[in-house]
Amino acid sequence: MKLGVLCSGGKDSLFACWRAMQKEEVVCLITVVPANPESYMFHTPNVRLAALQAEAAALPLVEVESGGVEEKELDDLRRAIEIARERHGIEGIVTGAILSVYQATRVQRICHDLGLWCFNPLWHADQEAYMQSLIEEGFAVIVAGVYSAPFDERWLGRRIDAAAVAELKAMAAKYRITLTGEGGEIETFVTDAPFFKRLIEVREASSEYRNYNGTYRIEKAVLVPK
Amino acid sequence: MILIVDLCWKEESLSRYEFVSPIEGIVRGAGFPSVTRHFAGIEEGDLDGVSAVILCGTALQDNRFAGEVERFAWLRTCPVPVLGICAGMQAVAAVFGGRIEPDLRIGMTDVSVLRPDGIFAGKELFQAYELHAFAVAPPACFEVLAVSEGGVQAIRHVSRPVYGVLFHPEVRNEWVVTRFLEEHAGPA
Repeated sequence: MKLGVLCSGGKDSLFACWRAMQKEEVVCLITVVPANPESYMFHTPNVRLAALQAEAAALPLVEVESGGVEEKELDDLRRAIEIARERHGIEGIVTGAILSVYQATRVQRICHDLGLWCFNPLWHADQEAYMQSLIEEGFAVIVAGVYSAPFDERWLGRRIDAAAVAELKAMAAKYRITLTGEGGEIETFVTDAPFFKRLIEVREASSEYRNYNGTYRIEKAVLVPK
Repeated sequence: MILIVDLCWKEESLSRYEFVSPIEGIVRGAGFPSVTRHFAGIEEGDLDGVSAVILCGTALQDNRFAGEVERFAWLRTCPVPVLGICAGMQAVAAVFGGRIEPDLRIGMTDVSVLRPDGIFAGKELFQAYELHAFAVAPPACFEVLAVSEGGVQAIRHVSRPVYGVLFHPEVRNEWVVTRFLEEHAGPA
């Protein structure tokens, strides 16, 4: 089955892509670039770098701009999916949804309307096992944004390795956050994945942080051999 | 041992992560060992040593199971308790003489409990996640335990612990699966 993966640049969509590749044929990545930094549907920091990830994975990218008004975003998503179907003959969509009924139901409806399959390989996954797999299976993931206590500035740009996961676990036990950041507490960016032919090297980046709210903006990144 | 039945269109499908793995996780969390089999490969011996059966759901586009209802004939004489979830409920209903009917529902709904059977004891109203393109007209030998605005949400055989729930309990209602196991599957 030919599938398109909704790609935000973060760990969940790219891990879902990897799971899909192990079972079916992934023929493109699809990304909606929201103008609204408070987007309900789409992860925002560095979403434009999905193009670099698509290039790293040697996959075509379908990119659609969105005005970012809540329900208008869904029309933009539908348009992106329709373009992916026209260009690449997709029969289904893959998302990285873990717990968000809000996101999952909206994508399910669009897929159903268009007669497409919908796959959510991380749906209600065991979060600890998932984070473990992410590291073990060769993903390089950095924190691209923090949006809640107790995340301090040193998390911005930090690589999610075993030590970071251990720290996240301790934080999740103590504070009301999810281990995966599914509640929007953190956003991530993937610089390497097992299916990347080349990896992404961040050359220039800037951080903005205030009161448990911060973003790590990648200004310049290049592809380098693995 | 709990037998978990995968109703997806093929064995080891990409949908398995979404519809089977979460159920395996709930069963494991409740302290029960389990084994998973694909519906097309269930054999006589698969029920040996099994104390309960759970039939999982499928993707919205996936109705292969509904075209192969006779593969579920073993449910008619299944000696242990059964819980069918969404597609699993459709399979249960069809094999006992009910009907599978088109009914598209995606999202949260309010479920009202009509009969406080053990699984729903102490619950009158709860929110549940629906993801189905078909619902069921229950067979004559089943009673309705819970409904939503859209129709029947939970059924039970009148004389045996064979259940069906149309909503997906793995989303925000894990207690449904846990209670089914605690009530009907014996000690973990």
